[in-house]
Amino acid sequence: MSSPDETVDRRLDGNAAAGPLAELFTVDLSVAMMTCGGCLNRAALGAHHLYPDGPALVVRCPACTAVVLRFAADRSGMRLEMTGTRLLTVAAPPTTAG
Amino acid sequence: MARAAVRRRLSWQPAEVVAVRRETPRAWRLALRPPDWSGHLPGQHVDIRLTAPDGYTAQRSYSIASPPDRPGVELVVERLVDGEVSTYLTGELRAGDQIELRGPIGGYFVWPDPVDAPVQMIAGGSGVVPFLGMVARATDAGVPVRLLYSARNADDVIGRDELERSGTAVTIAYTRAGPPGWTGPIGRVDATVLAASTVAADARPHVLVCGPTAFVEAVTGWLTDLGHEPGRIRAERFGGMGDPP
Amino acid sequence: MSSFLSRAFTGRRRSGPPGRLPPGQYDVGDGFPVLSAGPTPRTRPENWAFTVTGEVDEVRRWTWAEFRELPREAVTVDIHCVTSWSKFDTRWAGVAVDTLLDGVETAAEYVVAESDGGYTTNLPLEDVTDGRAWIVDTYDDEPLAPEHGGPARLLVPHLYFWKSAKWVRALRLTLADEPGFWETFGYHNYGDPWREQRYAGD
Repeated sequence: MSSPDETVDRRLDGNAAAGPLAELFTVDLSVAMMTCGGCLNRAALGAHHLYPDGPALVVRCPACTAVVLRFAADRSGMRLEMTGTRLLTVAAPPTTAG
Repeated sequence: MARAAVRRRLSWQPAEVVAVRRETPRAWRLALRPPDWSGHLPGQHVDIRLTAPDGYTAQRSYSIASPPDRPGVELVVERLVDGEVSTYLTGELRAGDQIELRGPIGGYFVWPDPVDAPVQMIAGGSGVVPFLGMVARATDAGVPVRLLYSARNADDVIGRDELERSGTAVTIAYTRAGPPGWTGPIGRVDATVLAASTVAADARPHVLVCGPTAFVEAVTGWLTDLGHEPGRIRAERFGGMGDPP
Repeated sequence: MSSFLSRAFTGRRRSGPPGRLPPGQYDVGDGFPVLSAGPTPRTRPENWAFTVTGEVDEVRRWTWAEFRELPREAVTVDIHCVTSWSKFDTRWAGVAVDTLLDGVETAAEYVVAESDGGYTTNLPLEDVTDGRAWIVDTYDDEPLAPEHGGPARLLVPHLYFWKSAKWVRALRLTLADEPGFWETFGYHNYGDPWREQRYAGD
């Protein structure tokens, strides 16, 4: 990646957290709707802001930047902290009935 | 809203490297065959993991370049000068090797389902990769499908054959030099280029933007200035989750 | 740990001179990785102030101009990040925390460093005194860049670098230990790189 412009933060989209989170969840969380505990903004994880550079993944609300989720998978095991998420919903898959 | 995909826990699996081929001066196409693979949605990615003898690991994410109806998984890797993983994948990895892979991942940055509105894809450099698996969908989509692809020059265009054969209307914005005989503009994508080359906001298209962070930031800003609803724009910033540059 | 090995992959890490590199670290050489857990604050000096607060007889506060008038030191230290990179002989300049705490009366045994953007980290008070910590605003003779924590950051080189809070605005002295941003997420409460205290329970 080219060196960052000084006014642009190095961050990714929540979609990039789906792989690591797949170590813990059986459901693809990138389409899970998350309600921010701070400002109640509701958006898919994929639309959230992911900061992947620190010792762990930090996911922030796209509206107010509050931390909604932290996840780490390393030699000590896995850790998930979601005190910043008020609610997480995953839609049921469509039924196959015609 | 994309439907949720319910499945078992994803785990790492060793995939066979079928081929490593240079596609452009800076990009190589990897063809992989994971033993346990049941297809993917266009736009999904895989995570790749390399392990050194002392246990050190490096992980990166790569968008799947191949469409779902092609067997196995194709990735396109841009070789970064100081890239720890990209130099290995494009310089050392060869057919017959095994590589650990996890996927397919991600249901957010995918071909819209249902396709109930025009689709506008906007790619910066190697950000075109997730769109390569999508462009063939244009033929059956029943709506206008367009791709605006920003590339340095003609040699750097990834997947030109796939783009030309698809039903997608492709506009290539050359930022440094055009192909021989080019009389079109040269320069970076900006608000003017977007206004001229993308589906208008009042058609309420699904917009997908992929590329380096600065490109994605600038383009999504201009798109909202042009009247596109933020909720209909999905972005995928490039750069995996590995060591910082 | 996986038993899979990638043929001919060794990564780029370099080991260092014996005794200089804590266990599990590598020398990042000329690089200086930027690791962030959130958007980079961009506080302008005219809007910046530093506070010593909490369990103190009297709150102390310095504007940027006042801070720059305090006695300053140049510091050259090795730094060690929990993500495994170490950097030797990094050169900083700023104000010793001892100077900022000079004359402060307190029963506190702990301190919380508080930063723009909400980051916090906790330390025993004795780990930021007696010449062990600084508030630095200069790196390599240049004003500290925002991505590295500017206008000013805490520098506590004897602990893992997450304790050297970027964008620091206050030291809040506390009677009880108050685990901070990473300490509440499974990272070690103290963080001594020489005892490889990366995670809680190490």
